Amino acid sequence: MNMLKTENLTFECETGNYHTFCPISCVSWLYQKIEDSFFLVIGTKTCGYFLQNAMGVMIFAEPRYAMAELEEGDISAQLNDYQELKRLCLEIKTDRNPSVIFWIGTCTTEIIKMDLEGIAPKLEKELNVPIVVARANGLDYAFTQGEDTVLSAMAQRCPKISIQNHKQAPLIIFGSLPESTANQLSQELTKQGISISGWLPERKYTQLPEISEGSYVVGVNPFLSRTATTLMRRKKAKLIRAPFPIGPDGTRAWIEKICSVYQIEPKGLEEREEKIWNNLSPYLEIVKNKSVFFMGDNLLEISLARFLARCGMTIYEIGIPYMDKRFQSAELELLEKTCLEKQHFLPKIVEKPDNYNQIERIYDLGPDLVITGMAHANPLEARNINTKWSVEFTFAQIHGFGNAGEILKLVTRPLQRKSMRSSSFV
Amino acid sequence: MKLAYWMYTGPAHIGTLRIASSFKNVHAIMHAPLGDDYFNVMQSMLERERNFTPVTASIVDRHVLAQGSKEKVIDNITRKDKEENPDLVILTPTCTSSILQEDLANFVTRASYNTKADVLLADVNHYRVNELQAADKTLAQIVQFYLQKEYKNIPHINKTKTPSVNIIGGFTLGFHNQHDLIELKKLFTELNIDINLIIPEGINVHQIKDLPQAWFNIVPYRETGLKTAEYLKKYFNMPYIDTTPMGLEQITQFIKEIENILSKNGIQSNFDEYINQQNTFVSQAAWFSRSVDCQNLIGKRAVVFGDATHAANFAKILHNEMGIEVICAGTYCKHDAEWFEKEVSNFCQQILITDDFNVVGNYIAENEPDAIFGTQMERHIGKRMNIPCGVISSPVHIQNFPLSYKPFLGYEGSNQIADLIYNSFTLGMEDHLLEIFGGHDTNQKFGDTNISSTQIVWSKQANEELNKIPGFVRNKVKKKTEEYASKNQIREITLEIMYAAVRFVTNKKLIKFLTKI
Repeated sequence: MNMLKTENLTFECETGNYHTFCPISCVSWLYQKIEDSFFLVIGTKTCGYFLQNAMGVMIFAEPRYAMAELEEGDISAQLNDYQELKRLCLEIKTDRNPSVIFWIGTCTTEIIKMDLEGIAPKLEKELNVPIVVARANGLDYAFTQGEDTVLSAMAQRCPKISIQNHKQAPLIIFGSLPESTANQLSQELTKQGISISGWLPERKYTQLPEISEGSYVVGVNPFLSRTATTLMRRKKAKLIRAPFPIGPDGTRAWIEKICSVYQIEPKGLEEREEKIWNNLSPYLEIVKNKSVFFMGDNLLEISLARFLARCGMTIYEIGIPYMDKRFQSAELELLEKTCLEKQHFLPKIVEKPDNYNQIERIYDLGPDLVITGMAHANPLEARNINTKWSVEFTFAQIHGFGNAGEILKLVTRPLQRKSMRSSSFV
Repeated sequence: MKLAYWMYTGPAHIGTLRIASSFKNVHAIMHAPLGDDYFNVMQSMLERERNFTPVTASIVDRHVLAQGSKEKVIDNITRKDKEENPDLVILTPTCTSSILQEDLANFVTRASYNTKADVLLADVNHYRVNELQAADKTLAQIVQFYLQKEYKNIPHINKTKTPSVNIIGGFTLGFHNQHDLIELKKLFTELNIDINLIIPEGINVHQIKDLPQAWFNIVPYRETGLKTAEYLKKYFNMPYIDTTPMGLEQITQFIKEIENILSKNGIQSNFDEYINQQNTFVSQAAWFSRSVDCQNLIGKRAVVFGDATHAANFAKILHNEMGIEVICAGTYCKHDAEWFEKEVSNFCQQILITDDFNVVGNYIAENEPDAIFGTQMERHIGKRMNIPCGVISSPVHIQNFPLSYKPFLGYEGSNQIADLIYNSFTLGMEDHLLEIFGGHDTNQKFGDTNISSTQIVWSKQANEELNKIPGFVRNKVKKKTEEYASKNQIREITLEIMYAAVRFVTNKKLIKFLTKI
């Protein structure tokens, strides 16, 4: 085990034997967000089986997604990748007429070194449909990082113009959020007199925001480090490193950081935050002094832990698939600050965790709540350990002031259920 | 490459994992990238399993891609051996690892030097076999491994003193498998036949050596188990029955085959009385098929689709026992097409062998059956087309892992099946009637038919006529009539107005229905 000590927080790295969703799962929420898109996952039956089961009933709603299922002839290169992809994409174009086709590369396309990035521009010209390639595979990435690879590929497609007649440098927010949540966050910034020039992604691919050199960009989710890098290096945009707008504390810090960049004195934020905390008080009663253990699978863990620490919970361990200390720097600082203010020991952050070891630690620590994947939830419940399924945090609306209650609703549900247990249920 | 939205069977490694996790104390290690351990989620969620799924992944990442797994797989096997102390570790290749072409067999050999557990490499090719075929192969592989270890030269086997049977079937994530096993156990107890072993569900690998002591084997689900039964027949001379005891006719045939095997072993038994008793008193299905309810089903048209076992047997029940016209029977088990065609060709107009749900969907759309019996996919096809569907086969959702006792096999199974069939058709009938009468009316209270909330007055005659209309559509007719009246500024509804209204707002089917009553 590698130990790396920064000044305060402890970072560890384990074996990487942990359960998470395959990053191709991002297809399930991105095809809904980008309404004129079609997602083609180029992979095997294994990928298809995962998506079919993970997406549940969505699969029956004629989703704008499909597998390009590789057969033995594709693997042994008896078939021509270019011809095969052309045939399938023509079919998609005829049936669905999308404004963009996303090719999601998988482990198999990596291993057989299928040149998706090379084929795409040629086919794009022939078919007259933009083709965006994202390599969201399990060899390199975990779960939500799939969205990162897609947005990072999309960022390169954003039209680039030079700044003209802008009073302030334009601001682009990146990260896929449900429409209503995105609107709420936009409104918060508008209230402070900051206008948003665009979102990556917008509801339509055809509405990709213009990103000019010198624009400011800010992320809404902690797993978007590649996208941030692309925006900085390829688009010459300036990244605002802020904590993420998860929880009222995070939302306020996010807005304040953006305001500070535009040299605006934020108005009414303190009262706003306090009001939200007051509204949350019934939930806070339940979570106060309870302990929580994050097994780690979706990269939201640091932000959620920081919010729950502020709520008065004890954080034993923050498991996380991948920790970008630069992209998350502001979030890590806020976590540290929160723990100090709450006079709470600094939690251990475990990158690439080992689920087997974690379960041993859970047995030792006996936390009140374990935030974990479905693979471990029922077995832990059977051992009288409360669990919350981590994936729900990815699909629920958790951003902004208005949604803090949603997070606590999820967190408190298993804790409340415990109080309802009569002796015969234990 | 092919464009695919939905698959009836999963990839091969799922089959291997289903077998591995069915045994007690067997651990599977997948050679797979991050995220491929989705099987654990399914096991934990669908089966609501209380224990941790005994499956871990030896992760294939960039480093493995660049340098090969090296010691990683071996370390993971030996580590698991120490942590969990399993009897057997099965190294499971995935689609990713099969392209890497690493010498997994070599890893297995090397790992086994340092483990207490036996170590096997699942012998399945990802690009050639599906989940079910892989499960069948893996089970046979494990059985063969332990029997060859025990019986070097196949000596004389001591059979049990009294008749006994092995049940080869019952797997993790199998469709109603747990309940079927209970029903089969009950059946054999009543026939006075001991159960020697049920594999793989719940036994540990060291019990496998006792398999040959049984007098015969049964394979209730032909998708998984036939290979094992064939192996046991070839090397241990054990007869097997692959008739599925599903539906009264097949149960009878199943028991007759048992009689036959027993008599070859010198035991003359006659189960006719037992079969008769069961058909008359335990199973209601025989009586049900004679009752007037079932008469209404005669000539109704159904489509059946599923795995080979369930689809073929269900089609037979519909045709032989209920008088329902099976316009099409189909299976996604392409590898077993020949058997399937032989079983159902005598009584259905069309046989569909396909794993493309669009083909099934199109057939259903073109032929508009009265009911569908299929998988979850057909249920959703049915939903779109407003055709009721009973789910009879995998792939399934969590609701197909019911808490209550719902076998498909044996005499209780025949009751469950009769309910399923009848409920599907009556629901279809009910929906159909509701549609004729314009859908559910949720705003009005039941029985609230005489007092009108508006200023519209019903004449005595019209009111009497209204009350003759069956309760479940009365409100609908009343509302439609009043809407018609107020639109035409009519204050009093007479009999004439009522008929005019009905003629105006509804279709011919409703008028036909109303004139009948």
